[in-house]
Amino acid sequence: MIPSAELVDLSRLQFAVTALYHFLFVPLTLGLSFLLVIMESVYVMTGKEVYRDMTRFWGKLFGINFALGVTTGLTMEFQFGTNWAYYSHYVGDIFGVPLAIEGLMAFFLESTFVGLFFFGWNKLSKVQHLMVTFLVALGSNLSALWILIANGWMQNPVGAEFNYHTMRMEMTSITDLLFNPVAQVKFVHTVSAGYVTASMFVLGISAYYLLIGRDKAFAMRSIAVAAGFGLASALSVIVLGDASGYTVGEVQRVKLAAIEAEWHTEKAPVAITAFGFPNEATQRTDYAIRIPYLLGLIATRSVDEQITGIAELREENEAKIRNGMIAYSVLEKLRAGDASDETKMLFEKYKANLGYGLLLKKYTPDVADATEEQIRMASRDTIPGIAPMFWTFRIMVAISLVILFIISASFYYVAKRSIAEKKWLLKLALYSIPLPWIACEMGWIVAEYGRQPWTISGILPTRLSTSNLDPSSVYFSLAGFVGFYTLLLVAELYLMFKYARLGPQSLHTGQYGSA
Amino acid sequence: MLFDYETLKLIWWLFVGVLLVGFAVTDGFDLGVGALLPFLGKNDEERRVIINSVGATWEGNQVWFVTAGGAIFAAWPIVYATAFSGFYIALMLTLFALFFRPVGFDYRSKVADPRWRSVWDWGLFAGGFVPALIFGVAFGNLLQGVPFSFDNDLRVTYSGNFWQLLNPFGLLAGTVSLAMLLMHGSIYLQIRTEGVIAARARFVTRVTGAVFILAFVLAGVWIMRGIEGYRIVTMLPADAVSTPLDKVVEKAAGAWMDNYSGHHWLWLAPLLAIVGALLAIVASGTKKTIAAFISSSVMIAGVIFTAGIAMFPFIMPSSTDPGSSLTIWDAVSSHKTLQIMFWVVVIFLPIVLAYTSWVYRVLRGKITVESIRANEHNVY
Ligand code: HDD
Ligand code: HEM
Ligand code: HEM
Repeated sequence: MIPSAELVDLSRLQFAVTALYHFLFVPLTLGLSFLLVIMESVYVMTGKEVYRDMTRFWGKLFGINFALGVTTGLTMEFQFGTNWAYYSHYVGDIFGVPLAIEGLMAFFLESTFVGLFFFGWNKLSKVQHLMVTFLVALGSNLSALWILIANGWMQNPVGAEFNYHTMRMEMTSITDLLFNPVAQVKFVHTVSAGYVTASMFVLGISAYYLLIGRDKAFAMRSIAVAAGFGLASALSVIVLGDASGYTVGEVQRVKLAAIEAEWHTEKAPVAITAFGFPNEATQRTDYAIRIPYLLGLIATRSVDEQITGIAELREENEAKIRNGMIAYSVLEKLRAGDASDETKMLFEKYKANLGYGLLLKKYTPDVADATEEQIRMASRDTIPGIAPMFWTFRIMVAISLVILFIISASFYYVAKRSIAEKKWLLKLALYSIPLPWIACEMGWIVAEYGRQPWTISGILPTRLSTSNLDPSSVYFSLAGFVGFYTLLLVAELYLMFKYARLGPQSLHTGQYGSA
Repeated sequence: MLFDYETLKLIWWLFVGVLLVGFAVTDGFDLGVGALLPFLGKNDEERRVIINSVGATWEGNQVWFVTAGGAIFAAWPIVYATAFSGFYIALMLTLFALFFRPVGFDYRSKVADPRWRSVWDWGLFAGGFVPALIFGVAFGNLLQGVPFSFDNDLRVTYSGNFWQLLNPFGLLAGTVSLAMLLMHGSIYLQIRTEGVIAARARFVTRVTGAVFILAFVLAGVWIMRGIEGYRIVTMLPADAVSTPLDKVVEKAAGAWMDNYSGHHWLWLAPLLAIVGALLAIVASGTKKTIAAFISSSVMIAGVIFTAGIAMFPFIMPSSTDPGSSLTIWDAVSSHKTLQIMFWVVVIFLPIVLAYTSWVYRVLRGKITVESIRANEHNVY
């Protein structure tokens, strides 16, 4: 029995909602923790009180955000088991490993020391406290590393093999898992995105103090730190955010084609479609504006390689589905007890495409006897919606350009010591605070929606991955998450605004707050 | 490979036990303190004292819970899948309750409005009370067997519902766990506070200690007399690659006593639970708070291993299809994964324990109303 479409859609919706909520808080934790390390290092080296106050004030905002990061993260840790039980059984042998290591190596570190960060100011020496702050930053960034190794494996499942006796994927190589190129690209891009987010946050709020003419010295120093760190991160997110590494892995190739609306394989050198309206019905992009050479350069770092188009990828996948049907029928023989060498060898030959055979389960329980029509429908499923991919990606990229502009301009005027007079820039920075969050959410939609119809690329279809739950249970939990998270988010934003408005006078050192 | 598959399967049973004990001993007192908060703190300042007694360290403690979840995912994936999807509503309620804690601790004292603070106080209460109860109820139901079965693809179907978990034995096990964690929390409060709060906590220790001993003994007798246990009839060799479908299991009265009657020294576990509780009550009465804390930690370890040993080698028996039951022999990851995770635990757990104890040392000392007043804006 396979889960109903309603259940699968609800489970996907719940995962998307809870993950997107979680990632409202994650990027700020990732970046602000390192900004705190920088500020406190300057304090330890120069002894200037203002840097200690900066660490404490931005640390307060960090804490308000961190609380919800933990709250929403808890859900994620258990959600694979609650809602994706078949998935958990099928790939837990590999996927569980980075999750467990994340707990032991990263969460313990950040969560044990975060308390000491807040409560240890009078109990530790300056250097000891700096070390504590550093360990919090290290812990949160290590957690990103491990979870992205897990997520990278879903996009490009290396180092694993199907075992027909246990009916699951089992690990063949831990080094393949750790050094998965997709995971590495993801890690660099995602943590850089976090650094950009935090830089824009500190920059925007400090700009507000300059605009209302308060706590000028404090704000100027904060801007200087944020602009410097932000510039490096923004360059990193853009340069390393390019699509390199997206030519490896089955699903990554599909995503690349979808993002670019490459309907057909194009001869090298490949042009990029900067703008246009992808049209699913005609399989072409209307009003396309194309920039020659660029896509080839970005994706393959060459001008003489081509990028496989959507139509061709679908044909490739259709062939894999046919192989998958053979793999499935041989698997049924093996499960029924036929252990002859011949059957085993046949399975070895075709098992790589078993996942493609499983795509047919959506249409028929008898995978081995699927009709031509069903095969065609399944191969059509292997391509995610083009327009959502095309647009979410372009929003992310457009936002990067705005962010890069704001941060470089701030950097320039900080260096010229005239940022306080550039009211237009300060206002722009203040109102652009939400932009990096939007880019991050768009990025995850590209990455995760683009992986459809798979949870594990080429291995396990989303359709088969869920638990056998009654949909009413999922309605209940989904309503609970949405209601709860929204209330908590309101409380969080209320406190964020309250403390951001108060500024460093909330530290009650008696030195801040006057114009 | 250093260990054969069978040995690793055994070691992992022990490791999961250790992680659960780590969770119950550390975050256990945070749960207890949270559940006691509105009752032991009569005014805002007293409540802040109580909150700050765990405020700086509870977050690291909670990671035991997260890590236990992750470790079960890696070592016993099919248990992670079956238990969490089967106990779906119960786990959701636990999660919702736990949500109050990160936010409650951090946000409560950032706004002066008494209504705001009162909402979070009751949130922290729920965040302690509900999980402490539900964890026990879940254990109580594991001991009775849970209604699930696997098909040939190893897809699990669970046929029970949430209300069935709240059966008499389940609720008794919930009482054991609640009393145990309230007691543990009240003892921790005696270490970190003084005056009226410590005095009230001492009273709680006596009451919950008595409730605990009664409920624990009652549950033990019930298991011996009234609850059918499970027993493996045939299975593949313990070092084989196997799935839950590869064995035959019978349900039998008294089967949960098999291990105890086969190895008398195992009675040490329930003995430690009861002796630990008694010693904790005595030590708390004579204000030897550290000794009381160690005793109640021993009690907790005793309780968890008592249940674990009774069920061994079962992790999650199935009441509707005993053959589908999950055991430590057939619900585990591959040899390779168990081996890798073995090294991860052996290397990282001692490091975690080392820096956690350092953090506790730095933060030691009594929290008082005066210390809260002096740091009004920097404490929770
Ligand atoms: C790129 C980074 C990243 C991503 C993709 C995720 N997380 Fe996360 N998570 C973090 C980065 C992070 C963090 C920065 O370490 C957090 C966020 C804010 C915080 O307080 O710590 C955190 C907190 C956090 C916590 C609380 C930890 C604690 O108590 O200290 C848990 C249990 C998880 N996460 C689990 C998950 C799971 C299971 C995810 C996947 C589905 C996930 N996170 C995605
Ligand atoms: C916190 C950052 C993340 C965000 C914002 C995010 C976002 C999303 C979104 C939008 C979906 C729905 C896609 C769809 O159904 O169309 C989804 C699904 C999913 N994601 Fe992620 N994701 C995140 C991290 C992860 C990580 C780190 C993992 C694994 C380690 C993961 C595993 C999954 C799974 C199992 C599903 C459900 C199956 C599916 O619909 O594909 N996600 N996520
Ligand atoms: C020119 C600029 C950028 C390019 C070319 C780019 C490219 C990409 C691509 C191709 C993905 C999909 C990854 C996948 O399918 O697995 C992605 C994901 C993502 N992007 Fe960007 N990006 C850019 C800027 C940004 C910015 C400014 C942010 C946030 C501040 C951001 C945040 C993210 C996040 C959080 C993800 C999801 C994680 C991941 O899959 O790596 N990106 N980006």
